[in-house]
Amino acid sequence: MIESTAMSVSQPSQFDRSEFLKIEDLHKSFKAGNGRESLVLKEINLTIAETEYISVIGHSGCGKSTLLRIVAGLEKLTSGSVRLQGKEICKPGCDRMMVFQQYSLLPWLTVRQNIRLAVDEVLTHLSPVEKKELVNEHIAMVNLTAAADKYPDEISGGMKQRVGIARALSTRPKMLLMDEPFGALDALTRGKLQRQVLEIWESHRQAVMMITHDVDEAIYMSDRIVLMTNGPAATIGEILEVPFQHPRDRAQLRQSSDYYELRNHALNFLDSHFGAED
Amino acid sequence: MVLQLNLAAILAIAAQATWRKMRPVISRDAVVLPILGFLGVIAVWWAVASFNHDVMPTPPEAVIANLDFILHPFYRRGPGDLGIGWLLLASLRRVLIGFLLGALVAIPIGFLIGMSRKAMMALNPVIQIFKPVSPLAWLPISLAIFNLADPSAIFVIFITSLWATIINTALGVASVPKDYLEVSQVLEMPRWRQMLKVILPASLPYIFTGLRISLGVAWLVIVAVEMLTGGVGIGFFVWDEWSRLNLSSVFLAVFVIGLTGLFLDMAIGQLETLVTHRQRSL
Repeated sequence: MIESTAMSVSQPSQFDRSEFLKIEDLHKSFKAGNGRESLVLKEINLTIAETEYISVIGHSGCGKSTLLRIVAGLEKLTSGSVRLQGKEICKPGCDRMMVFQQYSLLPWLTVRQNIRLAVDEVLTHLSPVEKKELVNEHIAMVNLTAAADKYPDEISGGMKQRVGIARALSTRPKMLLMDEPFGALDALTRGKLQRQVLEIWESHRQAVMMITHDVDEAIYMSDRIVLMTNGPAATIGEILEVPFQHPRDRAQLRQSSDYYELRNHALNFLDSHFGAED
Repeated sequence: MVLQLNLAAILAIAAQATWRKMRPVISRDAVVLPILGFLGVIAVWWAVASFNHDVMPTPPEAVIANLDFILHPFYRRGPGDLGIGWLLLASLRRVLIGFLLGALVAIPIGFLIGMSRKAMMALNPVIQIFKPVSPLAWLPISLAIFNLADPSAIFVIFITSLWATIINTALGVASVPKDYLEVSQVLEMPRWRQMLKVILPASLPYIFTGLRISLGVAWLVIVAVEMLTGGVGIGFFVWDEWSRLNLSSVFLAVFVIGLTGLFLDMAIGQLETLVTHRQRSL
């Protein structure tokens, strides 16, 4: 299974590993209904390393999802540049796989078929047997073996999101993009799934960009936290380093004073950027 | 005496028990209410027939007069004298051929309209104008083209089957959730695979709604078409029996036409469940 990733290593070697994804001076504006341009994102500069887990936090409507969608290629930027390993991103591609907030599973396919569809599309060089193994491996990775032949409307939200994550990971992307992946889940399921995703990431480190509005989630999971100011014309307000080593344990984190310092800092930032129009 | 009382008591208890078991089935609204509905219709028919008795048979008279048709649906007693089963099959054949041809043309056109704004602009006015036209109006045109009753009838059914399927397919294709399309974009699916693997299955419920409406209308229309074209078929049978003032057979035909229509609708519903692997959420 691992050989398939070897393909992606033979890349243009001049890129810097710490500059795996490089966003430079990104602006994004939308055409409003009255023909006027409205600026959503301005002067975004961000660099993500090859094995770094980044969270982006901001109030709803600050354009953080738009930023993720630009990186995914689903949305066009107005000016600036986004480069993955030195190559400009201009359209969606399977090197950056997305985990959608609303799961986006195809309801006419079973769990297994949903994952298989992605594998079929992306890893075309694999034999059917290898594909089957890869699919089974990823179903097992997210503990869905028992539900593998169920349809999406027969499983819970947490299970659906696990399928979404397995689908994204099964294509062996260089980068994982997650748009509030745990946002639609209840608190208990969310905690469990965060743990699972983090464990998977800790064993297969890769670049992750996760949108969230949950400070605890961001601290627990990520290496750096990008705090966005409020929209319109949102930008990066601050970038926090999370000083804890992986693998992390939630209970241990909660005992450290650094954790609360970081948490308060982030919350204060968000509070101070709350209110202009509310 | 005591024995008799005992027996009576046992019987009473047994009857009560069976009643308790049967009651949920019998008293279920789904059984009782439809029967009441049918009884009501039969009552109205009976009342009208008893006022109008020269031409119109009462329900029991109709059943007796139709006994031959009911017991021998597939007789052949001469070139024009066929059992009602053969007539039904002849009509079904026309409807199914016309309907399938219509679906073959309508689904791709619907796809085109749903995916391309230009195709929509070009074809929508045509469809909007042709859709409200009674399919029977096409009969003279198709007779002029084919010069034969049977192909003309099939052609009219073909035209009939187009509109609802085109419109619903286009609607289904146009309303495929954006999420599904984004999944296919992120996976870098080529356009044709996206159509085959995502858009088609996502719009299947709409396509089937269209097919269902089309088939329903086609079955309505075939009766009228056959009245006009003549030949072998359930529609001509209705007209022919009326010319002989044989209303009993007309009542039978009405019942058979209705049952067949119901069966067609259920069949396409079954097909949908089979194809989409999903229960219709209605």
